[in-house]
Amino acid sequence: MNSLLQVDQLSRYFGPIRAVADLSFTVTRGEILGFLGPNGAGKSTTMKMMTGNLAPSAGQVKINGFDLLDQPRQAKAQIGYLPEQPPLYRELTVDEYLAYSARLNRIERGRLKAAVNTAKERCGLTGVGRRLIGNLSKGFQQRVGIAQAIIHMPELVILDEPTVGLDPIQIREIRSLIRELGQEHSVILSTHILPEVQAVCDRVQIIDKGELVYSDTIDGLDRRMQSSSLLLAMHNPPAEQELLAITGVTAVEPASSGYMRIHFDPQNNPAQQLVEASVAAGWALYELTPERMSLEQVFVDITCSEHVVEQQEVS
Amino acid sequence: MMMLTVARRELRSLFLSPLAWTILAVVQVILAYLFFSQIEFFMQIQARLTGMQAVPGITEIIVAPMFGNAAIILLLVVPLLTMRLISDERRNQTLSLLFSAPLSMTEIVLGKFLGISAFLLLIVVLIMLMPLSLLVGGSLDFGMLASACLGLILLLASFTALGLYMSSLTAQPTIAAISSFGALLLLWVLDWGGGSSDASAGQGVMAYLSLVRHYEALLKGAFNSADIIYYLLFIITFLVLSVRRLDAERMQS
Repeated sequence: MNSLLQVDQLSRYFGPIRAVADLSFTVTRGEILGFLGPNGAGKSTTMKMMTGNLAPSAGQVKINGFDLLDQPRQAKAQIGYLPEQPPLYRELTVDEYLAYSARLNRIERGRLKAAVNTAKERCGLTGVGRRLIGNLSKGFQQRVGIAQAIIHMPELVILDEPTVGLDPIQIREIRSLIRELGQEHSVILSTHILPEVQAVCDRVQIIDKGELVYSDTIDGLDRRMQSSSLLLAMHNPPAEQELLAITGVTAVEPASSGYMRIHFDPQNNPAQQLVEASVAAGWALYELTPERMSLEQVFVDITCSEHVVEQQEVS
Repeated sequence: MMMLTVARRELRSLFLSPLAWTILAVVQVILAYLFFSQIEFFMQIQARLTGMQAVPGITEIIVAPMFGNAAIILLLVVPLLTMRLISDERRNQTLSLLFSAPLSMTEIVLGKFLGISAFLLLIVVLIMLMPLSLLVGGSLDFGMLASACLGLILLLASFTALGLYMSSLTAQPTIAAISSFGALLLLWVLDWGGGSSDASAGQGVMAYLSLVRHYEALLKGAFNSADIIYYLLFIITFLVLSVRRLDAERMQS
């Protein structure tokens, strides 16, 4: 049994509003899963349901084989959760707070100190153990939140937008911390910042309006981002027919300021043939750029195309 | 075990804020003043008492009124202690730390209840020290003292359970404080109507529901298991309601 988390047809309604609908996915051991979606897509709701903070309207969550509703104690022992706003008691010191959360997670008295020290070390908190949480900067508070989530060495760490509100350096540090966590734990990470997913995750899931619209590995997403077009600039451009004759080229269209855009079949990249033809026929090709879609475009593509389908279904 | 962890944190946070110390100081000052004025009253009437038969003892004259006053003062104080219990955690979104940890709602609620109860027990101990100081110059009716003490403990536990429930209803500590204060006061004055001579059956029931009726019996040293059961039922009812309220929060919210 390799899947650590199984989510099965999870739905959640807030009154008539559908926040999450029929969501099913699995997370395997040692995987970092990126949970991507625009604001209000249902990311946080899903995460709350996976951690027992919110009861699902329908569906099932199984963590390491334990059902979250039937055996909540065993299931919750397997997870560490950092909500969107870290659940910190501002009046406690970092040490006190971590000791408290260690005790809440049933760490025995003898191992308590070691657990607190390990968590502090991993999150870079060794110097601030005696300081009050309320006096720490946002970045450090976020780290305390992550330390709280990993203190009992859970199989699965669930982080809800862990880098929101941090400065770029802190973001980099938190990201490398998450990558480090991924070596020993499975991690689910929600975000609406796309490069973050590329930087950290093994697999991506995009959810929109409570539905899973895309699920693939990072490599798959990369491939999807390689769009099938080239941008050419030539001093003596040939007729369109000549370009279309080259194997692989499917369409030619003029682009702005003398450029031409060539669409091609992804299996058959015609770049080399184009250069050779240019040399042979004297087109004076001086620029050839493979066009690459940004993650944003892919994201918009995926979330928007889904809407079109939906609207068609309705009409 | 887990509820003791929650209770310990609750108690610790209480003493980290000035609130706990202020409450201890204020309650102690007021009760000490009342205690001394009661002693003074006893000194005045002592001479007259010597000639009478079946005189009330020192415990009856000094201890019973002081415990009665303590109950009223603590009725004002307990809502301030219980108001933050759940509402503050809800507002700061720290509840999810408890919800996603492997512990049940019952453990959370009992932990918070025990934390505040421990603090109130400390107040009761401090109050007890005052009558015990009379042992220097006289003797006390220990049975009566124990019964009054038990009554005060049960009464405070009831206040706490109700305050905890009110705190679980809202995200605003002040609203929790006002509504638990209102509910406690209402339960306190319920027997005022029932006290009159033409008390109908309905008023009798109201008086029976009153928190104060059962406490007064215990202050007189009358240990009646019905009074004890009344308080225990009261406490259990509000604790169960709090657990259910937290469970419902996961369902609805």
